[in-house]
Amino acid sequence: MLFLAQDGITNGAIYALLGFGLVLVFAVTRVILIPQGEFITFGAFTYAALSSGTLPRTAQLACALGVIAFCVELVSIRHQLSIRRLVRAALLFVIMPAVIWLVAMIAAKYSRSVPANLAVSLLIVAPIGLYIYRIVYQPMAHASVLVLLIASVGVHLALQGMGLVFFGAEGMRAPPITEVAFSIGPLRVTGQALAVYVIAALLIVGLWLFFGYTLYGKALRATAVNRVGARLVGVRTVLSGQMAFVLAAAIGAISGILIVPMTTIYYDSGFLVGLKGFIAAIVGGLGSYPLTAMAAVAVGLVEAFSSFYASNFKEVIVFTLIVPVLLLRSLAVPEVEEEKD
Amino acid sequence: MTQHWPIALFAAVVAVIPFVPEIPPFWLVLLDNIGLAALVSMGLVLLTGVGGLTSFGQAAFCGFGAYTTAVLTTHFGLSPWLTLPASLLVSGLLAVILGLVTVRLSGHYLPLGTIAWGLSLYYLFSKLEFLGRNDGITGIPPLSVGSWSMIGAGSIYYVIWGGVLISAILTLNLLDSRTGRAIRALRRGHLAAESFGVQTARAKLLVFIHAAVLAGFSGWLYAHFIRAVNPTPFGAQAGIEYLFIAVVGGAGHVWGAVLGSGIVVVFKEVLKSAPYGEGQLEVIVFGVLLVLLLQIAPEGMWPRLSAFWPFARPQAKPRKASALPARAKADSGEGKLLEVEGAQKRFGGVIAVNDVSFAVASREIVALIGPNGAGKSTTFNLITGVLEATAGRISLFGNPIAGLSPQEIVRRGVARTFQHVKLVPDMTVLENVAIGAHLRGRSGAVSSMLRLDREDEARLLAEAARQIERVGLGAQMHQLAGSLALGQQRIVEIARALCADPVLLLLDEPAAGLRHNEKQALATLIRQLRDEGMSILLVEHDMGFVMNLAERIVVLDFGTKIAEGVPSEIKTNADVIEAYLGVAA
Amino acid sequence: MTEKLLSLDEVSVSYGKVEAVRTVSLDVAAGEIVTIVGANGAGKTTLLSATMGILPFRGRIRFDGRDLGRLDIEDRVGCGLSLVPEHRELFASMTVEDNLLLGAFRSSKASTAVAFERVYALFPRLKERRLQLAGTLSGGEQQMLAMGRALMGRPRLLMLDEPSLGLAPRIVADIFKIIGDLRQAGIAVLLVEQNAQAALRIANRAYVMELGEIVMKGPAETVSKDPRVVASYLGFEPEVAA
Repeated sequence: MLFLAQDGITNGAIYALLGFGLVLVFAVTRVILIPQGEFITFGAFTYAALSSGTLPRTAQLACALGVIAFCVELVSIRHQLSIRRLVRAALLFVIMPAVIWLVAMIAAKYSRSVPANLAVSLLIVAPIGLYIYRIVYQPMAHASVLVLLIASVGVHLALQGMGLVFFGAEGMRAPPITEVAFSIGPLRVTGQALAVYVIAALLIVGLWLFFGYTLYGKALRATAVNRVGARLVGVRTVLSGQMAFVLAAAIGAISGILIVPMTTIYYDSGFLVGLKGFIAAIVGGLGSYPLTAMAAVAVGLVEAFSSFYASNFKEVIVFTLIVPVLLLRSLAVPEVEEEKD
Repeated sequence: MTQHWPIALFAAVVAVIPFVPEIPPFWLVLLDNIGLAALVSMGLVLLTGVGGLTSFGQAAFCGFGAYTTAVLTTHFGLSPWLTLPASLLVSGLLAVILGLVTVRLSGHYLPLGTIAWGLSLYYLFSKLEFLGRNDGITGIPPLSVGSWSMIGAGSIYYVIWGGVLISAILTLNLLDSRTGRAIRALRRGHLAAESFGVQTARAKLLVFIHAAVLAGFSGWLYAHFIRAVNPTPFGAQAGIEYLFIAVVGGAGHVWGAVLGSGIVVVFKEVLKSAPYGEGQLEVIVFGVLLVLLLQIAPEGMWPRLSAFWPFARPQAKPRKASALPARAKADSGEGKLLEVEGAQKRFGGVIAVNDVSFAVASREIVALIGPNGAGKSTTFNLITGVLEATAGRISLFGNPIAGLSPQEIVRRGVARTFQHVKLVPDMTVLENVAIGAHLRGRSGAVSSMLRLDREDEARLLAEAARQIERVGLGAQMHQLAGSLALGQQRIVEIARALCADPVLLLLDEPAAGLRHNEKQALATLIRQLRDEGMSILLVEHDMGFVMNLAERIVVLDFGTKIAEGVPSEIKTNADVIEAYLGVAA
Repeated sequence: MTEKLLSLDEVSVSYGKVEAVRTVSLDVAAGEIVTIVGANGAGKTTLLSATMGILPFRGRIRFDGRDLGRLDIEDRVGCGLSLVPEHRELFASMTVEDNLLLGAFRSSKASTAVAFERVYALFPRLKERRLQLAGTLSGGEQQMLAMGRALMGRPRLLMLDEPSLGLAPRIVADIFKIIGDLRQAGIAVLLVEQNAQAALRIANRAYVMELGEIVMKGPAETVSKDPRVVASYLGFEPEVAA
């Protein structure tokens, strides 16, 4: 029992992180980030590759996407070309990934430190989020949620395909973040589970500080609350969108890194893990962080218990339970279509 | 939808294709697949593109259709033709159950809910023992007529495409009807449709079932085409793909579903057979092209292609038809028609309407004036049942109407226009106005599909045309409502309200955006309506217009009535001048 | 005549096929209050939206000598142009202080501090409420916050869309007094207002808009005495208004 609860909470913590990423991206850009799963996979693979001393091919992917993003950027700013814009674009889309590649090469060769590998993995995957936003979503920022959603499916398929090309069909696993383990009464706590809790907690506190106390964090929140209002005070929605995607990619990558020592990750595993975070985000109404966190833990628990008692119907149970929750939420907040004076 | 020959031509082309000499059988397989996907997507066009309900779960309904026939034919040895009604029934019934929950989901919860049950059903298919778990069911018999079994791709082809054509025609018929107009109005919010008696939840459920039955039909065909079923084609990926097909084709167009299926199925095939092998790049290219397509043509391909269509749509005047029965109108100005007593409305802590009382007599024109935000539109919403009063009494002919639904109130003879125009922009003026007569028609969805509704339909359209002529927009009858100037759109709303055959007409800023002579014409029309026995309650800012037209004026300020009287009294009322001037001098 | 701060030259705005604003020319000089009077649906809000960059337009809009045509909203804000829209568009779930802080999103830390002082001096009520969520403010306070947020960016021209909408007469009087103060502080104001009487009283010059076109312009005093304006927008026949 206790073991199941622990398992559920560990997974729930990861789902909560993923849920946050989804809520953030949706609130700021109205994109339902189905490719979140790929960031998980990429994070896991990058970390696993670095741990085994090989150069992760995500570094090349980041460079390639950066170059494409650079071209897209050039086309879109061709009427307002200035040295400043050009330099900024080159820095962001070409030089940065190149430097990251270099760092990745050095890290793969020399680094055996877990924190360093973790940091480099993030450094590689986070810009991929930025570039995806620049290439795919920024040009269609005004499209309907439905069209953006379908585009997300396209991105998901393309990135998953790239995952297969780059990493092959074999699974990967990385050494745990720490080897320590101890027992509390009948419960055995592994260092890995502990790392999950600590990192999840740190990240949540970090996000809370970022959104509550920094100007950019507030600007991001403002964009989510009222896009028109944000633009009217000079907050670029494009900038907000880029920030949201970078954060979401980083969150996805961290989740992947936390999972890969516990389960073998294949090129398409991210999707299913992401889906669970997605459920949490849905239950939270794609808007509320605390509700998302609670829902994530609940999803983790339901999953852990149902896989024990009715393993065959684990997914059926998890997914069916959402529907009544959604219904309750719909009834609690009826859609109002106001005719104002 | 009156053009029959393009459909006939299309049918002929479809019929001839298998006879093309030396056509590779593989092409026929592709065409079969296109037809199967088109059926599901057609339902999605109606559900998502027209009705505004995004569903990712359609593949599950295919699964219901396919598994129903699979189980019945293999376990019980039933003939496939007998299982067809069973398949449709199972999909339809499950659609009712899922739909009852789903259509009550609001906003983004709805598509997300469909993802949830779509996934859940997929896992259910793959775990249930009697459905063969992940292996599914094999050995499903082919369709057969007499001793002729439709085993090849070329033989079932006719069943599939016959089904596509019939479904398309039925769907088009449905859209071009009383029920269809109600469905088409769904995407633009519920308020306007409900104010003319449309039961929006029921209309949503109806399209949901329609889409599910089409998907179930496709599933039934699929089972007898492939002759085996397993969970994979009914999973989330497939559900997404159907939606994708609808969007690529053009989510608001029935033929867009056929076009979209053609594009996507062929395209996937090309990618699969392309030389760079093993299908690894296939999915990448597919994803990339999907994104590109959405960036270039977010409206889908069908509108782009049909723009090249060389022939204008015929704009037939609605044919002559017997008049709809009308309500008895008051023949004298005696008796109170509408009474509002002590009406109050709070939103949280804010009191929008506070203890407002006034009455409208038969054959009377009353104006409600006051600064913006004074509670005029809220008062309208209380009278029409859009909002429920926190306190107070509202009665019509002495019968309380507070707490009744908007549908019930319009049935009793109160029709309205909206301050922010609520027309369906991509429907013609005629179709928009005909929604006003919704409650005066009888035909349901099934009779519309089978074209048994023509007499009823002709009467509704004739009534709509009559009201359009009456408000002076006869020349714009066949234009899309969205292409009219805002002032004209307001007049269209008046025609729509008149179609409901009201005894009380509520007009919210009818003169806004009109030129001087148009305002005069409007005033003449309103007086004429009054003389015919209608009462009119209007909100208006143009004081010149109000003072000349209204017989009595009620002035609201801050949700409270500050004055009431004939125009000459109001003009000299000190409180009114103070409230309207706003700033103390 | 002083140099023009904002000038619109034959500006048209369309929604699909409907032309909501037709070849409108209009200008605002530094430090003056200009009002646009017209009925609901005349195209006033559309015109402000186009000037701010929310809607695309045809024609030419110049601000402070710069062509605004290709600038995004955010860059126009940077130029010193600011809009307080009809719906205020506040960040409802954020505090008053955060709303104001974001108003100075493009400013340096030092000038933000100065701007805070100025705005709190102009709207002492906002200072009292600074930790309250914007969505919980009363209508009048929300309008003050919307104006305060716009002023945080130190605009040279403030465009106000229906600032008195739904406000009590006493608060409307406060708002109009503040608009007058802004002129003292050298900020030009382009005012769209349903309450034509109040707007015409405070403005230097006025334009009358009907069906997307400017049908009359001139000093506010002249416009407010025009019989047609009186009948349509001021609500009462001349002898009553007088």
